[in-house]
Amino acid sequence: MKSFVDIHDVTHVYARAEDGLPAVRNLTLKVNEGEFAAIVGPSGCGKSTLMKLATGLQFPREGTVIVDGREVGAPVKLAGMAFQNPTMLPWRTTLDNILLPLEIVEPHRSRLRRHKAEYVAKAEGLLAQVGLKGQGHKFPWQLSGGMQQRASLCRALIHEPKLLMLDEPFGALDSFTREELWCVMRDLHAAQKVTIILVTHDLREAAFLADRIFCMSARPGRIVAEREVEFPRPRDLEITYTPEFAALVHELRGHIAQARQAA
Amino acid sequence: MKTKNQLALAPWVFTIGFFVLWEAICRGLKISSFILPAPSTILLAVWEYRSQLAYHAMHTLWMTLAGFALAVGFGLLLGMLLGSSRLINAGTYPLLVGFNSIPKVAVVPILVFWFGVGWVPPVMTAFLISFFPIVVNVATGIATVEPEMEDVLRALGASKGDIVFKVGVPRAMPYFFGSLKVAITLAYVGSVIGEQNASNVGIGNLLTRASAAFEVPLVWASLLVLAVLGVIMYAITAYAERSMTGWAQRSQMAA
Repeated sequence: MKSFVDIHDVTHVYARAEDGLPAVRNLTLKVNEGEFAAIVGPSGCGKSTLMKLATGLQFPREGTVIVDGREVGAPVKLAGMAFQNPTMLPWRTTLDNILLPLEIVEPHRSRLRRHKAEYVAKAEGLLAQVGLKGQGHKFPWQLSGGMQQRASLCRALIHEPKLLMLDEPFGALDSFTREELWCVMRDLHAAQKVTIILVTHDLREAAFLADRIFCMSARPGRIVAEREVEFPRPRDLEITYTPEFAALVHELRGHIAQARQAA
Repeated sequence: MKTKNQLALAPWVFTIGFFVLWEAICRGLKISSFILPAPSTILLAVWEYRSQLAYHAMHTLWMTLAGFALAVGFGLLLGMLLGSSRLINAGTYPLLVGFNSIPKVAVVPILVFWFGVGWVPPVMTAFLISFFPIVVNVATGIATVEPEMEDVLRALGASKGDIVFKVGVPRAMPYFFGSLKVAITLAYVGSVIGEQNASNVGIGNLLTRASAAFEVPLVWASLLVLAVLGVIMYAITAYAERSMTGWAQRSQMAA
């Protein structure tokens, strides 16, 4: 299988960094097409930098970032993003929020006006997939935090991105809602065959969702361990209570603890 | 329900109470109407000079609205420019603040040199005095777009213009309408100053002539008319704010 995201020996220093210390150093990782990758690490390890590098919002000072066979030199245009903060626009209905990417991305941008009904139907289909059927007319602030996060996932997927970047999307939710959304995420990945990079603090989340897990070191971040997850799909939440799962989480925890100590 | 009624009544009770108190003080202390006329005296003067007041008030209203409209258009444009470019923002801020610090009454003579006495100086003064809060508020609204939202759109290939028009401008609307309430009252101040110094009509001009002739009740009547007009214009902008940006006023504090 060819790798879809290929980050090779990247070192990146933010122009605004006061100490001039790189956010990531000699970072190398490869994510295959259609794979669900998770990145875990101690806080401040440059996980968000990695997201910005992979989507072309930042360019590396050293090393190369290749996405979909091309070296990244501008925002990649094929990515969807979702963050811990759902960042819905309060003056738009949930449905109009989800349609927002289509107002930006070609070819949808020039088709949107004439094919509105088709796109609305698609958005409503996505809403139904994440369990928000018929809620599109509501304003985001009329929805709970978990529902807003579901809508945010729909917005990240509406333009059928080839790459989905998730930056701790479930970090602010209670544990029941979080597990519900894991399942939503699992089903979306199975249905859409999109390449996903999930940045998270939650080791169980990474172990449940991902095909491949990367552990990052403390700042300046680099990959200290890479682990393939063998659990067969589709996975049920029950697997999170098996000894194999517990062993995997324990192993990951060991890597993180080491990374923290090295800092 | 009770508190809601009380809230609706409160402005009336306080306003009427204020004038009753004023009346009582004037009568109780036998204050000369040359120093401070009682509200009843002022109301009588309003009635007596009603046609004159109405004519001049209409003129002032037009001057104010024209200056205000200019300020809104210019303020929106400049605010959008400042909000979307940190360079322009940083570069022009000292100029803007410096300009805003100049008392506009000092600018009126220059306007007279340029445009002569007439309707232009009041309109220009109203414009010059009221655009600043609009610029600052629109710029702030646009400049404070959440970085995550910007990332989401930029990762889709959005241009700076896309982000400003899709997110920045709608987001700045509550700030914009908030600033309109300040700007409309400032525009009033501006047009009256302009009329006082460089016009032959308008409440400002009427004020100047009345005070020169020591027609104290007419001076007070003019001030009262100005205050009433100001409240009405403020109420209209406040209503526009509520109906245009309901999404921003959902907190319990605003209810």
